[in-house]
Amino acid sequence: MIVARNCARSRNSAGPRNSAGPRKVWSWLWLVLGSLYFLVPLLATFFFSLRGKKGVLSLVAYAHVFKDPQFLTTFTFSLEMAVLTIAAGLALIIPTAIWVHLRVPRARVLIETFALLPFVIPPIVLVFGLIRLFSRPPFALVTSPALLVAGYVVLSFPYIFRAVDAGLRAIDLRVLTEAAQSLGAGWGTTFFRVVLPNIRVALLSAAFLTFSIVVGELTLAVMLAWPAFGPYMALMGRDLAYEPAALAIVSFLLTWGSIAFMQMLSRSIAGRGSFTGGVH
Amino acid sequence: MGLAPFLLFALAFMLLPAGAILFGSFQDAKGAFTFLNVAHLFRPGILRSYLLTIEVSLVTALGGAVFGFLLAYAVTQGGLPKTVRGFLVTFSGVASNFAGVPLAFAFISTLGRVGLVTVILKEAFGISLYDAGFNLYSFWGLSLAYLYFQLPLMILIITPALDGLRKEWREACENLGASPLQYWRHVALPILAPSLLSSVILLFGNAFGAYATAYALTGGFINLVPIQIGAQIRGDVLHDPNLGYALALGMVVIMTLSILGYTRLQKRASRFTRS
Repeated sequence: MIVARNCARSRNSAGPRNSAGPRKVWSWLWLVLGSLYFLVPLLATFFFSLRGKKGVLSLVAYAHVFKDPQFLTTFTFSLEMAVLTIAAGLALIIPTAIWVHLRVPRARVLIETFALLPFVIPPIVLVFGLIRLFSRPPFALVTSPALLVAGYVVLSFPYIFRAVDAGLRAIDLRVLTEAAQSLGAGWGTTFFRVVLPNIRVALLSAAFLTFSIVVGELTLAVMLAWPAFGPYMALMGRDLAYEPAALAIVSFLLTWGSIAFMQMLSRSIAGRGSFTGGVH
Repeated sequence: MGLAPFLLFALAFMLLPAGAILFGSFQDAKGAFTFLNVAHLFRPGILRSYLLTIEVSLVTALGGAVFGFLLAYAVTQGGLPKTVRGFLVTFSGVASNFAGVPLAFAFISTLGRVGLVTVILKEAFGISLYDAGFNLYSFWGLSLAYLYFQLPLMILIITPALDGLRKEWREACENLGASPLQYWRHVALPILAPSLLSSVILLFGNAFGAYATAYALTGGFINLVPIQIGAQIRGDVLHDPNLGYALALGMVVIMTLSILGYTRLQKRASRFTRS
């Protein structure tokens, strides 16, 4: 193996590899085909969204969307849910992750198993179980937004945990906390003024990912009967033709904005490839 | 101790709801124990629904895996500029999260009855997709839409594995006189096999649990298991709520099996993946 490798180096320096040429052609071909598949629906949607007025291209569909009071109320509602989910999720997961890092590393297996659960229990099954469990006393929570937020925390938990975990792994948590405490800081000071500022990039990316999951979410919102942005979009799709296309573009830009921003942030921390998937 | 809040939360909002489904599956309308609900899952109508869901998931998992692999290979080892790779990975991050209602709208605007591509094909080339049997709101249309989040997910999870494929291995093969086919047959594929297989399983589960996209695209008129469960929650269409729980339990069982397969294979794959 080693001989072959050395051999490969010396031969390589003598001339170009014979298979590189056709391979590059194939690469470009697949890339072009893939780009077509990805871009054509986006372009078609954009074009469709401009046809709100007969015969001319105009932004009239967007004007309709933004002028609709329902748009504003449902979007605001989802935004509030996203903020609550981010707050609750971080409040729950940051201390847990720190505890796992500092005190009980063995519990990592347990937490990571829980991180797989939202995959095993798809949203539609989760909401079914939540309704059955919380629709009668003593825990009649179905009419409370708290249940929706709790469901969203479950959905975004794997992503939040992975982001926070990657953030903690990138800093030397033990040394930092011990240094802070030997300088006389209590747990509160250590947590808020040492640990949190050091993982702020990870927290921001967790927040953005959660935002992109929650804002357009349909399944939980529709089954728990909340006037959220996802159900509103679905309703629009039933009645109108061009406005849904405009909504799709708006929603894509939101997703694009939050994910691109998040990936830009996360490039500076170690967690590579830890943000995959979504809620469909 | 410090884990108590989290464990309580997980118990209340993950384990107990799942338990509620489990218990409901083995109860009749009066709350007595029964195997009847689970037995009813094998009725032709429900079995067909499971089979359709499995077919959609399998087709989009395999399609996503093959094309995602080719794209990921093109940008990692195919000699394309580095910026292309960065762009594709960022885009995949967005696209794998672009699902549900907006994704359905995008495909309706593209391949719906008056969608852009449908109209262009008809007016410019005289090809009528819908006369040829294509329907966006049925199996192949739905699969095409699912691919939009399956393919990017594949790109995201297979790229690290492809990075683990060292250039020296190919060069060694070439120098020892192996053809590209032999290189793939004896070196690259055996190394990538666990990653590829586990990706297919993950993609399968990803499609299997999807509800929002199918609901928004077909308006609930496609016989997928998630859609059936949704209809059951909204109103008692099966005339038997406990059958609904059994339906959900069946999903959880299939998802559990796939995640077990996934984690096992990932462990094997991690030997070769540079993390």
